[in-house]
Amino acid sequence: MREPSPLLTVEHLSRRFGPGCSRCLGPEPDLRKNYCTRCGTVHALGDVSLDVRPNEVVGVVGESGSGKSTLMKCLYFDQPATSGAVYLSAVGEGRENVLEASDQRRRQIRNTVLGMVYQNPADGLKMDFSALANIAEKLIAAGGRSVGSMEARASELLEHVNLPLQRWKEAPRRFSGGMQQRVQIAKALSNRPPLLLLDEVTTGLDLSVQAKVLDLIRALKRELQVGMLLVSHDLGVIRMLADRTLVMLDGRVVEQGLTDQILEDPQHPYTQELVQSLL
Amino acid sequence: MKSLYNYAFFDEGSKREIRRAILKSVCIPGYQTPFASREMPIARGWGTGGLQITLSLIGRADTLKVIDQGADESVNAVSIKKLVRSTTGVTTTDRTAEATLIQSRHRIPEAPLREDQVLVLQVPIPEPLRAIEPSELATKRLHAEADYTGAWLMLFEELQRYGAYTTGSDHPVLVGGRYVMAPSPIPRFDNPKMDHSRALILLGAGREKKIYAVPPFTRVASLAFGDRPFRVEGFEGKACRLCGATGVFLDELPQDGGALYQCNDTGYCLERLNAGTPHA
Repeated sequence: MREPSPLLTVEHLSRRFGPGCSRCLGPEPDLRKNYCTRCGTVHALGDVSLDVRPNEVVGVVGESGSGKSTLMKCLYFDQPATSGAVYLSAVGEGRENVLEASDQRRRQIRNTVLGMVYQNPADGLKMDFSALANIAEKLIAAGGRSVGSMEARASELLEHVNLPLQRWKEAPRRFSGGMQQRVQIAKALSNRPPLLLLDEVTTGLDLSVQAKVLDLIRALKRELQVGMLLVSHDLGVIRMLADRTLVMLDGRVVEQGLTDQILEDPQHPYTQELVQSLL
Repeated sequence: MKSLYNYAFFDEGSKREIRRAILKSVCIPGYQTPFASREMPIARGWGTGGLQITLSLIGRADTLKVIDQGADESVNAVSIKKLVRSTTGVTTTDRTAEATLIQSRHRIPEAPLREDQVLVLQVPIPEPLRAIEPSELATKRLHAEADYTGAWLMLFEELQRYGAYTTGSDHPVLVGGRYVMAPSPIPRFDNPKMDHSRALILLGAGREKKIYAVPPFTRVASLAFGDRPFRVEGFEGKACRLCGATGVFLDELPQDGGALYQCNDTGYCLERLNAGTPHA
């Protein structure tokens, strides 16, 4: 059987902070972690390539500072990438490098093709607007101008993520962390995006709440058939959700493959260390 | 008339700079043009934006009317009129029809305006997205990309909370199909008067250093969702207790066991009374 064409293709994505010099941009860069000792440039993302296929969950694992969140922010256009290309099957039949799109077009892509769940709910939600309005925000941004249909869609989603009815008109500032994350997930799903970006969605939640959020994501994968790029520093989360996994270290992908394979037979010394530290 | 000040208080260079900002604003309806807001003999936030526009435009042949919340005789309106009169010697009036230049805070006069009149509105917060986005850099970008999600979201939240649009004033408008604009704190009642207005409407924010404009005969639409139409404040069954006017914006004066209603536009009311309109 032929593999379905990818929803998301990332080619040689780089993000650096600083000018770069002949030593760190050359063929054999001499870096201390992701930092060039000569010019002081930080290479937050170095030459990252990956793809996500329909109904597939790709996990990205790595320690703090390995570039996971920078990757997500570049993909969601929160930060500009320095170089590289990103293709989305839903945009220009997958032949248009969306990193080169105009700001206006990027905003449109962000609001219609992508859904993002941030680690910190305050980044993704308007904490003082009601949960309903938060979901409507993404619908309005995509051109929704009918209150009735937006309310209906938002209600459907909030029910789906099990937010109690009596709290729909409350502001997320007054919600628990797990509830805030569920509102974020509902918001990310509002325009039925083919691709979800999940950045450390369970970090900072207690274990029972983590389990609920993970269950929800698993159910979404089963029911909605969306592709997901899932970033986590927690191998447990990756093991539970990801079909394939990339291991990042100092802004680079050091190893990738099927999640089971990586967990059972890690090749790179860093991955071995990571797997060993998994309790 | 002898005055220690230059004509219309400002030096000519300042007036020219303000007029340039006005011209740019007229060319880009609804766009907030930055300008170098001058120090004024009244405090910022008391109408300096409107006053600077008035002073930069006023000529010896002009007749000025100044209103504050509909009233010609409030302290602020009187002070502004005094300042302009003492530095220009122009005549002032209470009658809308006689005025060539009308500076106003919080109202558009009830009497319809004409092509040969200019309405100057004082604006405290010119940015319609400010409540949702505190950064000026970010709001400039949102205007550039015509992303007005924030303005719509505020209306959506009002509907969620109260079941109706509850903007007491400053209900955002879309100007010429492009820029969303704060119409200054006029009641919703006055928003429709901006649409295809015969008079040029200029808006000035002294503290925020912005000037913007609605040129004559420009489309101005109050933001409203498709299934929740925009409505002005209603005064059904109420009439002005003094002149008997209906279909105008009325002040409500609470009394023991009820309320009294009278015209908010005092100039309009007075004209009707002088014309001998029978008491309702």
